[in-house]
Amino acid sequence: MEKALLSGNEAVARGAFEADVKVAAAYPGTPSTEILENIAQYGEIYKEWSVNEKVALEVAAGASMAGARAICAMKHVGLNVAADPLFSMSYIGATGGFIVVSADDPGMHSSQNEQDNRHYARAAKIPCLEPSDSQESKDFVAIGMEMSEKYDTPVLLRMTTRVCHSKTVVKISDKKQWANIEYLKDIKKRIIVPAHAKVRHAVVEERTKKLIEFAKKTKLNKKPSKKSNFLVIASGISLYYAKEALPEMDFFKIGLSWPLNLEAIKETTKNYKKVYVVEENDPFIENELKTAGIKVIGKDVFPQVDELDQEKIAIALKKDTALKVPVKGLPPRPPALCPGCPHTGIFYALSKLKLPATGDIGCYTLGAFPPLNALDTTVCMGASITNAHGIEKAEVGELSKKIVAVIGDSTFFHSGLTGLANMVYNRSKGIVVILDNSTTAMTGHQGHPGTGKTLHYGDQEIIDIYAVVSALGVKDIHKVDPHDIPSVKEAFKKALAFDGISVIIAKRPCIFLVPNRSYGKVYSVNTEKCIGCKICVELGCPAISFKNRKSIINPFLCVGCGLCASLCPTKAITFQGGANA
Amino acid sequence: MHKNIMIAGVGGQGIIVAADIIALAAIHSGYDVKKSEIHGMSQRGGSVTSSVKFAKKVLSPVITSGEADILLSFELLESLRQIHFLKDGGFLAVNNMKIDPLPVAVGNFEYPPDIKERLLSIVGEKNVLFVDALDSVKSIGDVRTMNVFLIGAISSKIPQIKSVSWEKAIRERLPEKAFDKNIKAFEMGKNSR
Repeated sequence: MEKALLSGNEAVARGAFEADVKVAAAYPGTPSTEILENIAQYGEIYKEWSVNEKVALEVAAGASMAGARAICAMKHVGLNVAADPLFSMSYIGATGGFIVVSADDPGMHSSQNEQDNRHYARAAKIPCLEPSDSQESKDFVAIGMEMSEKYDTPVLLRMTTRVCHSKTVVKISDKKQWANIEYLKDIKKRIIVPAHAKVRHAVVEERTKKLIEFAKKTKLNKKPSKKSNFLVIASGISLYYAKEALPEMDFFKIGLSWPLNLEAIKETTKNYKKVYVVEENDPFIENELKTAGIKVIGKDVFPQVDELDQEKIAIALKKDTALKVPVKGLPPRPPALCPGCPHTGIFYALSKLKLPATGDIGCYTLGAFPPLNALDTTVCMGASITNAHGIEKAEVGELSKKIVAVIGDSTFFHSGLTGLANMVYNRSKGIVVILDNSTTAMTGHQGHPGTGKTLHYGDQEIIDIYAVVSALGVKDIHKVDPHDIPSVKEAFKKALAFDGISVIIAKRPCIFLVPNRSYGKVYSVNTEKCIGCKICVELGCPAISFKNRKSIINPFLCVGCGLCASLCPTKAITFQGGANA
Repeated sequence: MHKNIMIAGVGGQGIIVAADIIALAAIHSGYDVKKSEIHGMSQRGGSVTSSVKFAKKVLSPVITSGEADILLSFELLESLRQIHFLKDGGFLAVNNMKIDPLPVAVGNFEYPPDIKERLLSIVGEKNVLFVDALDSVKSIGDVRTMNVFLIGAISSKIPQIKSVSWEKAIRERLPEKAFDKNIKAFEMGKNSR
């Protein structure tokens, strides 16, 4: 049997291949992105970047209803977008196996909140599988598919960042051929009008009883063999943190965290002096156990905020740990817009014009921080446009008059379109700036309808953003190069004067799409001409530093975009020629 | 035997690839391996760490404070930021490279002038190696080999990994055409002490 070092995400992709999945869909989002990127290597599977998570879930649902095995993947906040069809699909159930992957982000390494999506499994009444490493990430796909088909239910595969992005050793197997289930029309099952849904709800409750019976016998949960006086109940990555911190204790491993095998847990816990529940973020298992009258220690000692690790568990139980603390007072190193980033010009102009701006989810959220300070809000995908509209309608004076929404091209297709239609429909007078860098940059440069680059079919005809905006009825549309600051300011001036909704399309490719990540030039500062005005420093370009009252450019980081040179009042920044080292 | 190696640096320096190579080399030398990293926002010039743990059987994929046998830092300031991960008596290798974080670039913070002294006082002279990886690999003609040079620099501190395993891992992880350059960088790093 072949061994490989795979991340949890790569392992889910391998699991989908081995389980003969036919359709896979996702919208990219950290930490889930690599699942579809890796499914892409298996030619047999149809795969797509959907425009958002709701669409991805519905595409997979369609394939499952048709009788094929299907999977969709998203980050935790993506499941909020897809929650509507998730709950309906719980009633409709699955024909071909149907797995919804939720990649949660404890610690919020790249997310706006720390929600625990196991709650979705319980709320939607579908089983929740929690793999602890890459081997299980792969194996649970096949197990989940079988459960899905046997119990006529979608299955939630709940991953977390550490499982998604840690690489562990996996045994690779061959694909097991799986024949599609024959499609039979069944409107009482698949058309959930109220009359049908009432019947389906009863079916769902019966299904839960069957799932509880399944939970009693499944090997997804592993009972301990009694050695210690202390028991730890743990799921997901927490199991390994706890095993490393508390090697002397016994462990009850939970692989199926909804529904729980309460009977077995109750029986087992009787033999122990103390029982701990170790889980990240919410007391999900803990509360289920307490509700069932099982006495456990959980969030009263273990932290609910942030990721867990072996050290935090040991500290919580006051075990001796040689705790070393970080060196204090160091300059922070926050992420920043890249040198040459096309968004820089827009944010620079916004901050110079002192316009309030609602932001959205993407690299460009980083424009909120010093020195650009160009954003006022960021809520969720697509909310820049709708928030701006709300601010305008609040009629609170200056703020409402000149509100600007900024949204990326991928995000525009994700959920900006509906917001823009709403603005047109409800007579907005705001300005929407579409920051078109021709990719989904933050998650690693995936395609979307505005790029024409698909995951399955190669290149496809581009959906033109200008034409779409125009078709929605926007009359005042401006196209600008964001690094041409005078024309950007001019466009803002015209838009501010226009009595209605304006859209500015700021188009320039992400610096990662420029060959060799350089325009072929490196700029440098003539310190004799530099008057120390800091205009170039205010761009927030990581290649520009200010030392001894002069600007300097780091040739290792400069990509030669020339934006700083175009702004320098004394022409102290000049092109040096030569390719970037 | 349980070996914990942590790599620190700035997004874009090739940290994750370096950790992959160490992890693969450990597998080829017969160990269970877990490798962990965080990316996402951090790829945009933020602080990045990646950790590799290998042993007969590895449980948690993460290294916590005071648990690293080796800390390999690709940038000076980042070595000070992550030094608390190194265990007492652990080995520190630091690339002599400064990259200003944005708060330094715009003049809100000063880049600490005394990093080397502070590291020496924390770790002790015999367990520290400072290397000029960037200058060293310039003769190879590809600055992207800097990360493999740095792996070479710590390789003598990981005797559990066989030299054929290093070669196999480099071949497996990097493009075929970059193999010779990277083997050269690895050997140069190995001889940099």
